[in-house]
Amino acid sequence: MGFFHRHRGATPYLLLSPGMLWLAIFFLVPLGFLIYQSLQSGSIDFGYHFNWAWSNYWDAIKGYRGEFERSFEYAGLATAIALLVSYPVAYWIAFRGGRWKNLLLLFIVAPFFVTYLIRTLAWETILSDHGVVVRLLTDIHLVSPGGRVLATGTAVVAGITYNFLPFMALPLYVSLEQIDQTLIEAAEDLYASKWRAFLRVTFPLSLPGVVAGTLLTFIPAAGDFINAQLLGSPTSHMIGNVINSKFNELIDYPAAAAMSFILMAIILAMVLGYARAVGTEKLTG
Amino acid sequence: MTSVAVAARGARRNPLRVTLAFVRRHVLTVYSLLFFAYLLLPIAVVAVFSFNHPTGRFNFVWKGFTWSNWSHWNAIPGIQSAVVLSLEIALIASVLATGLGTLMALALVRYGFRGRGTTNFIVFLPLSTPEIVLGASLLTLFLNISHVIPIGFWTILIAHVMFCVSFAVVTVKARLVGFDRHLEEAAMDLGANEWVTFKKVTLPLIAPAILAALLLCFAISVDDFVVTYFVAGSRVTFPIFVWGAARVATPPQINVIGIAFFVIAATAMLGNVFLQNRRAKQA
Repeated sequence: MGFFHRHRGATPYLLLSPGMLWLAIFFLVPLGFLIYQSLQSGSIDFGYHFNWAWSNYWDAIKGYRGEFERSFEYAGLATAIALLVSYPVAYWIAFRGGRWKNLLLLFIVAPFFVTYLIRTLAWETILSDHGVVVRLLTDIHLVSPGGRVLATGTAVVAGITYNFLPFMALPLYVSLEQIDQTLIEAAEDLYASKWRAFLRVTFPLSLPGVVAGTLLTFIPAAGDFINAQLLGSPTSHMIGNVINSKFNELIDYPAAAAMSFILMAIILAMVLGYARAVGTEKLTG
Repeated sequence: MTSVAVAARGARRNPLRVTLAFVRRHVLTVYSLLFFAYLLLPIAVVAVFSFNHPTGRFNFVWKGFTWSNWSHWNAIPGIQSAVVLSLEIALIASVLATGLGTLMALALVRYGFRGRGTTNFIVFLPLSTPEIVLGASLLTLFLNISHVIPIGFWTILIAHVMFCVSFAVVTVKARLVGFDRHLEEAAMDLGANEWVTFKKVTLPLIAPAILAALLLCFAISVDDFVVTYFVAGSRVTFPIFVWGAARVATPPQINVIGIAFFVIAATAMLGNVFLQNRRAKQA
């Protein structure tokens, strides 16, 4: 370790370099290739060549505006639902969990132990046309007779919500768990009602968890295509479905690369705007 | 209160009212239990249908009970090699990513240096990029260098290490932040050099975090579909196998392997929870 002693200033760079090199070559460089590819034109049969083909971008926006909008609409809906649904549970575990906290958290992450695709196939079974859920919803007239849940936008949003729920619940729990209980007691001592104490003390203190949870849910949700593929129909396809089919089936690389880049740029812009509003340290730690 | 009095009180109360009163007092608890039921429902469905005896190609309708899917788990052509490939990749990728990530976390928490903010940002970026973009951009790179690295095993491995590194950094960093540096200084005061201090003090203290990162990376790698699908070429991992199957036929063996993975992961985590609880009691 004498070397490190003589070159103390170099130590952090030595520790960082292997990992940073990996990220540079296999994350940053590929993004460059993605942009390069997105400005090419041609076809798989005659080869692609680079010629500043900005038209790929205009075509993507013009031709697939619906899919882009649907991606952000579904992801936004799923994120909002996940937040509303999992906040009470995160609260319950953090404040009432006692010595069962760790076990209860295990229940929260349990879905992650089953392969993503298998989980989604299970929802296909549950929501299938002759399943219990559809029969129940038909009985209470939420679904018209002969109507279906599978192959609708509702099923896609439900699937996305379920699949990314732990990403929301865990950060919520972490931030709620760290709240100093005496602050809430102080609010109540000062005659705040339970509800007011929650709104003015507990909720603001849990905001870092809300921010982290919404980002961790929204980002993967906006790029998802598995739920739309397995639970939806072509009318509920998202931009991920288009990118996937253009890359892996139609071999239309430039168009798919342009769409990927637009998707990433929109998400990055949203994240940075969000980060500016709440402070970056909370995001990157 | 005597038992007679209890019985008399119980008789006077309407059971429906008692239940309603209980629910009102424990709204949050009841809601949480319903939430857990919802979370676990699909897992239960997967487990039950792993014993199904489907008559058609799809495993969506219950036809009857059988053990044979479990005893013939590898009867479907290609399923065993898919599972083996997934495990191989996950094992190597999680070890590599945790190694790289631990070193980075040490540098980021221990040292003030120029470019720390940028480094944090670059580590954070892959986490905030949708998987489909990661997969698409890697594919455009690999297509251009396929004469150097043929698309297949190595490209899958490279991709998995890439998206696991950030998770490893975040996990180890979280543990290092609360680390008491006085312990290391004490070791140095007692004459240990930096390497011995690292081996005897630092490493044992951050070992749980390294193990956690290892398990997390393994789980993420084994489950990954999107990025893998882009960079796998003709190789088939287990999630890719499931994807291919979902279009033409879903044999119950898929459920068998899904549940087997689930049971192994859940058991490991349960064991960890009990260990933590016991340690907390002893402390």
